[in-house]
Formats: sequence, structure tokens, C-alpha cells
Amino acid sequence: MAYSDKVVDHYNNPRNVGSFGKDTPGVGTGLVGAPECGDVMKLQIKVNLETGVIEDAKFKTFGCGSAIASSSLATEWLKGKTVDEAAKIKNTDIVNELKLPPVKIHCSVLAEDAIKAALADYKEKNASAATPVASK
Amino acid sequence: MALKFPIFMDAQSTTPCDPRVVEAMLPYFTEKFGHPASRNHPFGWEAEAAVDVARGRLAKLIGARDPKELVFTSGGTEAINLALKGVAEMYREKGNHIVTTVIEQRAGIDVCKRLERQGFEVTYVPVQPDGLIDVDEIRKAITDKTILISVMFANNEIGTIQDMAAIGKLAKEKGIIFHTDATQALGKTPIDVEAMGIDLLSCTAHLVYGPKGVGALYVRRKGPRVRLAPLFDGGGHERGMRSGTLPVPLCVGFGRAAEIAQESMAAENARITKMRDRLQDMILSSVDEAFLNGRPDRRLAGNLNISFAYVEGESVLMGLNKETALSSGSACTSSTLEPSYVIAALGASAELAHSSIRFSLHRFNTDEEVEYVGQRTIEVIKRLRDMSPLYELAKEGVDLKTIKWKAE
Repeated sequence: MAYSDKVVDHYNNPRNVGSFGKDTPGVGTGLVGAPECGDVMKLQIKVNLETGVIEDAKFKTFGCGSAIASSSLATEWLKGKTVDEAAKIKNTDIVNELKLPPVKIHCSVLAEDAIKAALADYKEKNASAATPVASK
Repeated sequence: MALKFPIFMDAQSTTPCDPRVVEAMLPYFTEKFGHPASRNHPFGWEAEAAVDVARGRLAKLIGARDPKELVFTSGGTEAINLALKGVAEMYREKGNHIVTTVIEQRAGIDVCKRLERQGFEVTYVPVQPDGLIDVDEIRKAITDKTILISVMFANNEIGTIQDMAAIGKLAKEKGIIFHTDATQALGKTPIDVEAMGIDLLSCTAHLVYGPKGVGALYVRRKGPRVRLAPLFDGGGHERGMRSGTLPVPLCVGFGRAAEIAQESMAAENARITKMRDRLQDMILSSVDEAFLNGRPDRRLAGNLNISFAYVEGESVLMGLNKETALSSGSACTSSTLEPSYVIAALGASAELAHSSIRFSLHRFNTDEEVEYVGQRTIEVIKRLRDMSPLYELAKEGVDLKTIKWKAE
């Protein structure tokens, strides 16, 4: 199968690979997928507790090139968005941007799941702090 | 010598035609174009003679008594279909049970699945963690209804060579027909259908530096005489077992490939084994948690199959595929989107099936290519592990089995 140029670019130059400390204030972590299915994504956001804006995002992915590219792209898109805006990222946006073929759509679904899981984890850990800021 | 890219190390998927094979084939496309079944003119005689020479060379390579025992087919898949379906239909009165293994290639497995839907019973004997089939498991699976034992000679993924002589002996003892899929074994490891008690043997030309589009089925004529129902009807060529005009140039090429394999097998295996072992040592000595699949001492010379924990196979291939052709047991590289059932059957975790990479070396690989592929593989694995959440967790001392994964 031939890969799109964007998938190849993200695979060769993945953006934002790495990890934040899970217990750092403002950090939300999502870990989705399963090793036996061949893909696991860990996606983390670091939210400015004052503004509710995602200041940084990082990922690590076990999976095919399209899974790596989907999570790399997701971290790029997350940076600078508010928590509410981030929740609106859809897997179809990722499919369109990376021109993923039908057999790779599950990679984009997993990336959306990872975003949602990271947001949920952040909200859970910052229930008191985040709510007023986010609704501002 | 300067490296030429891309480097091909996927020789268990196919091999390039040897130039000597192409040279032998060429006249049979143009001036020697006759139909081997044309019995009444020189064009036909010439074509028939050429096909018979090829048949003889093939017979010699597998130790068949009589070249007539070889039936040309379109390839390995057709040979396997003809063997299994042909026996099933011809011997149905005698019984409806077939014994095979879980590690057969797709053609073998899929024909058996179809026969099951048609009322046959099939026992899929398990494989041991080292890739070998326990002959006692085959013995235990045999019933008074068993008409066929079908076990592959050498595995397409892990290269493990089964104990053909022991299975053949068991089959003779029980009076059961024994078929082997030798598509990977032909020309790579000694085959003797007489000494090994093989009654039916499937093979293909393109894995032994011959052309694509031709294969053969060895069908024993004596002790026992094996009879087969043909797959399709027609002119009754190939002793009535395979109608259709023979592709003379392809048959000639197959014959020449068999001849070269016979002449060069010992020296070539020694050279390829040395390169394979170098590649294996390089990788295993610099990558931790890399697991060799299949028993090391019962392997095809060119085969090296390694599971790299914590990285997914397709992503490894993607890191190398501009310069090196390899293959993987990863779901993402298979047409069925399932990870390798062979690696999984060894008892490895599904994750390690997704993480398996097969290097298969061939006649034309060089020491320089081995050094390059080894180094690049090590680099790619290290890079991917640096971005693997599983590697990170494992390094933190987390047992991955204790995590509750949310599968899609």
C-alpha cells in the first residue's frame, strides 16, 4: 500500500513525541487501544489552569505508520485549543487531512478516542479548577 | 561493491528469475512455440520433448522414480487444491477425515475449510512453541475414517522444516495418503519422496528462481498408486489430472530452475546460512527483547523471523521500505487484517505476532546488503521504541498484562 505524503511526513518527523509526568498539575493522559490489536496510543495534554488552553501535547504510539501519523497530527491540532474546542476534533478530520484509506480509518478513531480520554482524565483531575475557567 | 537499492530480502514471498532460467525459456516463446499435445508434427514433438526434460529435472530434484509422476499446474495454490480436493473426492467412499496442521499456508487451510463445509472432518494438529509438529499428535488425530495427512514441508513464515520421514512412516503404517506442501522447501532443502514416504507433493517455480505462473504436483504411481479427481474438465492432459495446454516456456523455466537448484543447493545453503546467521547475530546482540521465532536448527537457510516486542511490524517495514523489502506478521500488512496465525499458534502473545518481521535471503544477496539491512533494522527498532508507550511502561517496570486495555 502506498502512503500519503502527509502520513510519511508524520512518520518520519513525528511531532511532539514524549511524555509529561502523569501527576503534573494540568496534565491529562489518555491511554487507548490494546497490544493484542496491534495499536496503543498514549496522548497527553498540558492545560494552562488559568486560561483553560492546551499549551502542550505529547504522544507515544505503538502501531502502524498511520496510527503514528494520526496521533502526531492530533497533538499538533490540540496545541492552542481550549479544552472545549479540543473535544470537537473528529476522526473524520484526521482521515481527510492524512488521506487515510478505508482500512486505516480505525487509526483515526483511536486518535479521537485518545483525545477524549486525555480530556476526560484532565477534567476528572481538575474538576474544581477547570469548570469555571472553561465556561468563561 | 556499491549497494543497489531497494534491497530484496523477501525471498519467501517470491524470488527473481535466475538469468539462466530466462535464457532457457526464451526460445519457447517464439521459434519453439508448439503445443506439447500435438502428436503429429515436429512443433509438437519439440515442445513435448522440452516439457519432458523439465519434468525429468523436477523428478530428480525430489527423488521421484518416474518423471510421469509430476503434473504441471499453474502454481502452488493449484497444486494444493488439486491434491486435497482430488483426494477428498476420489476417496470419499473410504472415509471423510483429513489430518492437517494449524500452520499450513492459506491455500491449505482454506481448501480444508471448504471441504469441512462439504461434510468432511478436518483435524488441525497444533504446533509446538519451536514451530515443529509433534508426530504423535498426528498419530492421535488419525481415525479409521482418515484418508489424508497433509503437513507442510517447511513453513513460509518461520522456515521450520518438519520431520517428513517420520510423518511418511506413520502414513505408510496406517495406509493413509500423505501430502506435503513443499512450496518453500523445493530446492532449498533435500527432498526424497521415496525415503520420506511422500505420496503427493505441491511445489511452485517462482520461489526457486523460476517463473511465476507454473507449479507442479507430484502424484505417486506405485506403492500406493494415488488417484485424483481433476479440478476441471477438458482435454485430459497430464494423465487426465490437469487439463489445459501446458505453458511450455514456464515448464522449461521450472525445469532449468530445478536443475540449477540441485547443482548449487549445498554450496548455496552454506553461503546463505552464513549471511542469515550474521544478520541474526547483529540484530539479537544489539536489540533487547527481540525473540527468534522457530527452531534455529531446523530452519530453511534463508529464513530469519524475529518478533520485536513493543513495536508494530508495519511501522518497522515503513521505516525500511524505501530501501529494503521485508515482510511482517502484523495485521496491517495482511490482506485479512489479522495478525500472523503462525506466530500466534506458537503460543506467543498476539502482540508478538503483530511485532514479527521476516527476513528471507536468497541467491543474489550479498554480505554488504546483510550489514546494511542489519544496521538499519536496529536503528528503526530503536527509534520506534523511543515512541512506544508499551516500551515506556515496560521500562517503568509495569507488567503490561496487568493493564486493562480497552480494545476497540
